[in-house]
Formats: sequence, structure tokens, C-alpha cells
Amino acid sequence: MSDATQRDTTARAGVTPMVLAEGVSKSFGSNEVLKSISLSVRPGEVLCIIGPSGSGKSTFLRCINHLERVDAGRLSVDGQVVGYRQHGDKLYELKPKEASRQRREIGMVFQRFNLFPHMTALENIIEAPIRVKGLPKARAVERANELLVRVGLADKGDHYPSQLSGGQQQRVAIARALAMDPKLMLFDEPTSALDPELVGEVLDVMKGLAASGMTMVVVTHEMGFAREVADELVFMDGGVVVESGDPREVLANPQHQRTQAFLSKVL
Amino acid sequence: MSQGNPAGPATGAVPSPAGAPPSEPIKAIKLRHPWRIVFAVVLILLFVWFIVDASQRSAYGWQYVGKYVFDKRISAAALVTLQLTIYSMVIGVILGLVLAVMRLSPNPVVKSVAWLYLWVFRGTPVYVQLVFWGLFSLIYPHIFLGVPWTQMGVTLDLGFMQNAFIIAIVGLALNEAAYMAEIVRAGLLSVDSGQEEAATALGMSWWQTMTRIVIPQAMRVIIPPTGNEVISMLKTTSLVAAIPLTTDLYGVARDISAVTYTPIPLLIVASLWYLLFTSILMVGQYFLEKRFSRGVNMRRPDNKEPALATGALPAAGAPDGNNLGGKG
Repeated sequence: MSDATQRDTTARAGVTPMVLAEGVSKSFGSNEVLKSISLSVRPGEVLCIIGPSGSGKSTFLRCINHLERVDAGRLSVDGQVVGYRQHGDKLYELKPKEASRQRREIGMVFQRFNLFPHMTALENIIEAPIRVKGLPKARAVERANELLVRVGLADKGDHYPSQLSGGQQQRVAIARALAMDPKLMLFDEPTSALDPELVGEVLDVMKGLAASGMTMVVVTHEMGFAREVADELVFMDGGVVVESGDPREVLANPQHQRTQAFLSKVL
Repeated sequence: MSQGNPAGPATGAVPSPAGAPPSEPIKAIKLRHPWRIVFAVVLILLFVWFIVDASQRSAYGWQYVGKYVFDKRISAAALVTLQLTIYSMVIGVILGLVLAVMRLSPNPVVKSVAWLYLWVFRGTPVYVQLVFWGLFSLIYPHIFLGVPWTQMGVTLDLGFMQNAFIIAIVGLALNEAAYMAEIVRAGLLSVDSGQEEAATALGMSWWQTMTRIVIPQAMRVIIPPTGNEVISMLKTTSLVAAIPLTTDLYGVARDISAVTYTPIPLLIVASLWYLLFTSILMVGQYFLEKRFSRGVNMRRPDNKEPALATGALPAAGAPDGNNLGGKG
């Protein structure tokens, strides 16, 4: 609807990138966490971000849906500047309501699931569609049940999060994000808090999602997943993009010394 | 045990109930605790002695206790005490919630005002506060709201601050708000910040996040101390004599005893009513706590298959898993 306004400025290959970062920087106090990050994700593409802890990958992800404010540079999702409204050459900070309108189009999955513990799996999924989108309850429940089937938890709708395993909780969290019909999904180390035997079930759901054409940005330590599913791999260290490219090439034949050092430790 | 496969002993030993050796129940002489029995007997004897002795002491005036415990004046006064408790608690909780949110506000002025309020109201005795509110209408008979040094504005008549019942509610509520603010703040802070983040990421507004996500979870932490506050408030209402208000339970009991010269039985009468109310409140608190601990420490509803529910279903149920988890 509103992506037409800025299409001309960002059109390169004829398509508006789903995510476009140009010189994105972010500091916490004197600690510069992101130093001029530039990258783009085309619609339908899966971008995996790897790197050592503290490299700024999670912060960058959180900037994409404005959970963190960008200090410098420009970050846009589907042609819209994240967190700001552009009038001429001036930027105006968005009101909470407008920021929320942007966020509801971006699904986010957290490392520690962050399911609402006082609600059942089904209630977790229908909460935002009903409250935020104003969906009638019957429709929301119907859709939630479809999503539960999709993540393989058709019979777990009436379970509270504390009654589910970590892998099941994370799959409910994915269903919860999908219930808002996002055009972009962000995954912040979705399998890092899981027992090893539960990682596969979450990755399977994510693979299915990628195969269905969802645009995804995934911060992960799962190199196998990155190799198999990602269209593009970015290696970040110290707040900068050190190396990026085709995941199979980067993983098999890293060009940069820091990438080599990191991969030799994790592979 | 000494198989080549290192995973062998761990996985093989546990789930084989058929091959396990029959486990014999332990038959041993139980350790005796003679001092426990001695203490218990001594305590029971002391208690019985006290009861028997008290029932015979004339100073207790048991016949007066029986006479006044269902006296109309006493039960009407108990109702006043109950009203004071409920009204001041409701106002105190609401005001406390507002103060707690103010204390967590990013605005430094808002934060400081809330802090100042807590400092004053927690730092002075409630008895002194009640005396002060009793004298309030002498300081401010009415308040002028409007533009200073002009006639524009409205004058608020503060005549209602001469009604002792209203003064009591205002005084108790304002004091209680300071304590409730700290309780609510602790509750809000006890909710994991990831909860607020998840709600925000779903596009929920601050108000929705607070009312739907944060406060329901904070309630689990807020309810137990709030229950204590209600019980404490019920008893604090006896201080309204400071205003002075004498229509509450303790005030009426004292008034009656001043006429009949039977202070001790009427103290017992008042105490029995206070005990009745606190007992009811404790039962209510139990059920409220149960209601708000949903999702915490819960067993799976299908406890017939406790272990199965975790691992077995997902692999079979995932429809779009094209193959195994692709870990190199």
C-alpha cells in the first residue's frame, strides 16, 4: 500500500528489498555495537547471520522491528523506513501506534521463546490477531488451529507453555508470530536455548516456512541449517559485516581471516 | 556395563523394568524423636491449663462476652469497619498502581513525584496522618482552582473533609497507596522483560501489553502481600479514633465499655469479630492465589502419558519436515 512512495529510491533490480540496511550504526553508551552495516534481503529470500557472541547480530535483528533504535544510517523494511516517517528530507519519529503498525507485519521469534506463560498455546496464538488486528475470535481460533497443525502441535492447543518441551514452545512461538500474517520473519537464535535433541523439530518447521516462500532473517549457530536453507550468509564480528555471500561458499571457503578463525571453532 | 558403546550403559540401564532385580522394601527400626513428644505434651498441657484457668477468671466477664458479641451496635460497627477496609483498600490499590507505574516512568519528574509521595507517606506514622487529615479542613476549608491572582476559576468546597467517615477512608487509602505502590512495582519488575518485548513485537500497544500480558503475570507476585495488606488494613481501621471517628468496631466496643465498665469482655468481643473477618479474608486469599498461578508449576493435563507427550509426537506430526534435522 505505502511501499510505492519510496520505490524509486530503492529500486535496483526492479524489486523493493524486503530489508535494506544502509550504513546502520548503533551504540549502547560508548559501546558501538553496530558499525555501518549494509545489506539487503529480497522478498522470499532467507538470510542467515552468524558470528561470535557480542558481534551485534541480535542487536541488528532487533533494529529491524524497532525494538532497538538505530543511531545512524538508514534501515527500511519493504520500502518503509523503520521507526520513522519521511517527509521530504526530514525524518519524524513514529508514534507508538504507527510503530506498532510496522511491527505487526514483522514476526519475531526469540531465543527464549517468550511465550505468555499464563495463556495456553492456543491463547498465545490468538491474542495478537484478536487484540491488534481485531479478528473475530472464531476466525482467530480457526487460523490458530491451522497453524498448530502446520508446526506439528495440533493436539497441544490447550497446553500451557510450562507443560510443553522447549522445542514445542518454540514451535508455538513460531505459530504465534505467523498468526499475524507477517511479510518478514526474524529469528533470534531460535534453537540456542534448546536441548540438542529438540533442535531438529524447530529447524524442520523453519525449513518448511522457507520453502513456502517466507522472507526470513535468521541469527543462528546452526551451520547445517544455514548451508541448506539460506540464500545468503552474513558473518558478523565486532559490529561489522566481515564477509557475506553464498552460504555454501562462505562456509566451505571463507575468504577472511576472522571468518576462518570463527568457522574453525564451530564446525 | 563395559560395552564398547559409551552411550550403552546410560540408555540401556534405565528403561528395562522387566530385567531389573526385584527391589525389596527397606525394613529398618525408625529413628525415635522422644523430645518432640515431650514438647508436644508440655505445650498441650500449658494450653489446656490456660483455657481452664481463663474460663474461671471473673475478670474476663464471659457472660458479658456472650451478651455483647451479637449486640446490634457491635455488628453495625463491624459493618463500618468492613466498609472502611474495603473502600480504603480499593482506592489504595488503584492509587498504588498509578504510583507504581509513575515510579517506572522514563520521565524523571513523574518518577520523583512518586518517590516523594512514598517518602512522606511511608515515613510518617499512619496515626499521625489520620490526626492530620482530621485537621485538614482547618487548613484548607476550600480550594481555589484557576488562574492565580485573578478571579477566573472554580472554588472547590472541601466540606466533605469534615465527615469523619470520609476522612478515615481518605487517610487510610493515601497511606495504603504508598505501600501498595511498592508491592505493585515489585510485581511488575518480576515479569521477565522478554514478555513485554514479545508483546511489543506482536504489535500490541503499551496498554494492551500491560493489561493483557504484564499485570496478569505480576498478579502472582502482587496477590500474597496484598492479602496481607487487606488483613493489616482491617486492623489499622481501629486507629480512626485519631480523627476522631468512633463508629468503627473498636470505637463502639470502647464506647459501650465506658458505660458498662466492662472493658475486658468488650475487647474480646471486638477481637472475635476481627478474627472472623481475617479468617474469611485468608480463605479468599487462598483461592485468589490459586487463580493467578495458572500456567505455573502445573502438571500436564494428560498425565497418563507423562514422558511420551514431550518427544514422540512432533517428529511424526510435523507435516512440512522434508527430512531429518539437517545438522552436519
